[in-house]
Amino acid sequence: MNARYEAVIGVECHVELKTKTKMFCGCVNAFGGEPNTKICPVCLGMPGALPVPNAQAIELIIAAGLAFGAEIPAFSKFDRKNYFYPDMPKDYQISQYDMPLAIGGTVKYWLEDGTMRECRLTRIHLEEDTGKSTHAGSGDGRIAGSSYSLVDFNRAGVPLMECVSEPELRSGAEAVAYLESLRRTLLALGVSDVKMEEGSLRCDANVSIRPAGSAELGTKTEIKNMNSFRSVERAIESERARQIEILSNGGRIVQETRGWDEVNGVTHSMRSKEEAHDYRYFPEPDLVPLEPSRAAVERLRAALPVLPAQRFERYTSQLGIGSKQATQLVETPSLGAYFDRVVACSNNAQQASNFVLGDLSRLANETGVAVAESAVSAEHLAELIGLVDAKRINSKIAKELLARMWDGAGSPAAIVEREGLAQTTDPGAIAAFVEEVLSAHPSVVAEFKAGKSNVMGFLVGQVMKASRGKADPALVNELVRTKLSS
Amino acid sequence: MEYIEKSAAQIAHDVRTRVRSAAEVTDATLAHVESVEGAVGAYLTVLADSARAHAARVDERVRNGEKLALAGVPVAVKDNMCLDGSRTTCGSKILERWIAPYTATAVARMLEAGAVPIGKANCDEFAMGSSCENSALGVTRNPYDLTRVPGGSSGGSAAAVAAYEAALGMGSDTGGSIREPGAFCNLVGFKPTYGRISRYGLIAFASSLDQIGPLARTVEDAALAYDAMAGFDPMDATTVDRPVEAAAGALREDLRGLRVGMVREFDSAALGAALDALYRAAYRDLERLGAELVEVSLPTAAYGVATYYLIAPAECSSNLARFDGVRYGLRVEGDDVRSMYDRTRAAGFGPEVKRRILIGTHALSSGYYDAYYVRAQKARTLIAGDFERAFAQCDLIACPAASCPAFEFGAKSDPYSMYLMDYYTIPMALAGLPALSVPCGWTTPEGGRVPMPVGLQLCAPLFAEKLLLGAARAYEAATGHALARRPELESVRA
Ligand SMILES: [Zn+2]
Repeated sequence: MNARYEAVIGVECHVELKTKTKMFCGCVNAFGGEPNTKICPVCLGMPGALPVPNAQAIELIIAAGLAFGAEIPAFSKFDRKNYFYPDMPKDYQISQYDMPLAIGGTVKYWLEDGTMRECRLTRIHLEEDTGKSTHAGSGDGRIAGSSYSLVDFNRAGVPLMECVSEPELRSGAEAVAYLESLRRTLLALGVSDVKMEEGSLRCDANVSIRPAGSAELGTKTEIKNMNSFRSVERAIESERARQIEILSNGGRIVQETRGWDEVNGVTHSMRSKEEAHDYRYFPEPDLVPLEPSRAAVERLRAALPVLPAQRFERYTSQLGIGSKQATQLVETPSLGAYFDRVVACSNNAQQASNFVLGDLSRLANETGVAVAESAVSAEHLAELIGLVDAKRINSKIAKELLARMWDGAGSPAAIVEREGLAQTTDPGAIAAFVEEVLSAHPSVVAEFKAGKSNVMGFLVGQVMKASRGKADPALVNELVRTKLSS
Repeated sequence: MEYIEKSAAQIAHDVRTRVRSAAEVTDATLAHVESVEGAVGAYLTVLADSARAHAARVDERVRNGEKLALAGVPVAVKDNMCLDGSRTTCGSKILERWIAPYTATAVARMLEAGAVPIGKANCDEFAMGSSCENSALGVTRNPYDLTRVPGGSSGGSAAAVAAYEAALGMGSDTGGSIREPGAFCNLVGFKPTYGRISRYGLIAFASSLDQIGPLARTVEDAALAYDAMAGFDPMDATTVDRPVEAAAGALREDLRGLRVGMVREFDSAALGAALDALYRAAYRDLERLGAELVEVSLPTAAYGVATYYLIAPAECSSNLARFDGVRYGLRVEGDDVRSMYDRTRAAGFGPEVKRRILIGTHALSSGYYDAYYVRAQKARTLIAGDFERAFAQCDLIACPAASCPAFEFGAKSDPYSMYLMDYYTIPMALAGLPALSVPCGWTTPEGGRVPMPVGLQLCAPLFAEKLLLGAARAYEAATGHALARRPELESVRA
């Protein structure tokens, strides 16, 4: 990277909302399905059909706005964005132009090493999605050379959130970290599935460069067609390098839209600013203005869950959990909430994190049951951690217990009590086991005395076995060593 | 007098009490349609089979004891309203073969009340016009003088009702498209408050102005149709969720206690001596019925036409974008999708529609939006404010419904003189107010062969439909202008 320049990056996301029905009609909102099976006169833009707004979609947008600390204006409205496109049934999109549902706000995100960053939002607004075109007869599905096109309107009218960031990101890695945080937050809010591979999250990036330290903005390009977070990072870095090379050679950046070519790892020009549409926005006359009541907004605010960024900060700064583990814990909202409940009744957050991300997540993967939905209650896991911390059981027993708890065995303390599994920490009792083992294996003892110190592990194992696993392993080690050296 | 000349109220009463069956009324109407349609041309599609099926269903419902307000009443549906399974053209080539896959709420409510749809009535293409001459699919003639236009854009519905081809007509009014043909065809043409009747299934021209309403031979019939259609619809977000006071049973005997506003800026002297005399007589009749006449002022109403011809085209330019040949209606193939759009729209739309799409596209385009669209919206607010101030001084406003009686075909060939036809009806549309035209006399136009009807416009505050219809009923009963002459149908019967 060239240190003389810095990149200025803004990200624009489109997120399909997870509502029961589409934005302006009663059709079911679900991914996939046979083409043109989730349609009606309204989402087909039939002559005479009218839109009726989906209250749930409006609430989800307001909740997202509140989660990012955006202002929810008392007055908002829908507008028509006019342009011709075959997969847009009305040849206009109902969107929001100058009075979005949410203004401003901040996305808190963190880098891989745990450093917290912030990126301000310009706005969040609500609009409807388009259908999907398939181009046929050309062999490669592209429009060039195709003899006809087919349109699937199942997606037409699905509620879409547009979320625009300020140009405050400085690298592809920051853009991805921002997107990750946005994704985790929307998931925690239940706003969307946020799956890039299913198209429920789509994003474009605006990229410009300027001399490091300059306050002015350079000419920007808009990058489209990025299909994964990985491609977002690569596309931004490639575009940054391209622009730096042009400027370094005394060239000039052209304001344009560029497409990301995943295969060749470059962006290519799609259309210039001169070809930009005049969308002729005007207020949607088929809908009345949106005037969310203060009471409704406050109800939504009160119902906000703990957000991933809040969790992450608490885990790393208060609980001392490492960035990688903390990130894993906030990744799934239900897992983070489960972990919080464990920590609420245990003093050992690190151990809780180890169990949740280790044994429990492994069991969850094996059985297909989410940790939070498993038979292991947070209280019982805390109890187990307590038993380990108090050296009442050792880690081997703990592992076994956890597997049984997963199968519904209930309270670990009760099992320990019932089955006498408590760790033996009485040196006298352990010494007796040691005595027994050493006298049973005189040849091994002889080997040790002849200098083969690695046989000690075998002897320790035999003592643990004799104690049925209950002996405190540290004490066993110590006593075996003392006995052998005596 | 033939049975089909009876009022909708009388027909519904007879069918309800099983004096006549809906099937008999329908058959008689269809036979009459067949005999006069060749001369009148009110319908683009006559729904003979479907009408008989509907009538049979109505008779069955009557036998089952249902009290249907419009039992067996033959109705003409303007061809910009969807009726499931029927061709719905908007008078345009672009929808010439389009079959609606669903039924408009207002139509469904009329059918629910027992009305029988006789046919889809002609109209100016996409309801843009004031004479029906902009229909691309047929010519409709005024039943009172077949050399003259029936008015527009709901001219087919008006002609059908005037020629007894239906007892009720469904029209839509954007700038005067119910009231003006009502006046031209000796009918009551009633546009309710914007938001009273669902627009779901009405093919949009200008969404913020379009309003469905009835055309009828009596005020009572108009009130019956209004009662059937009015009310909140969950499918139309702009309908108003407030109770509708039944208007049919609450018609006034006189106008005592009402102050009627005469609009200073709408002096009928400007319309020539004959019309001036008619309107002055009408105002005197209102006074004789007990109304107190007061002068009110609508200083910005003169900007109504200019304002309307920015807002309505702006909305239409967007509303009509969907007619692109992709999924329904006409398609003219092209080399690529863009040329298909261009060729389809060039071939499918008529000149007036194209003109308005161009005006509207320009008014919304970047750099002109503030000067045209935003300014027009501000003017609209001022006009509505004028009415609000006027209604602080009066209960109703009375004024002309049109600036002349029905004219001959081709008489208004330049668009602007046609636009001025709606000079008196546009301001109410911009303000969303309920207004109607009611027959107020006859005059023989210059060069005309026979006297033609003239309409008085009455306008009420928002949601005061009951008051408006009640007052119109009192005026109608006291004057009886509509009964003075009959349409000239005898000579044309096939
Ligand atoms: Zn739908």
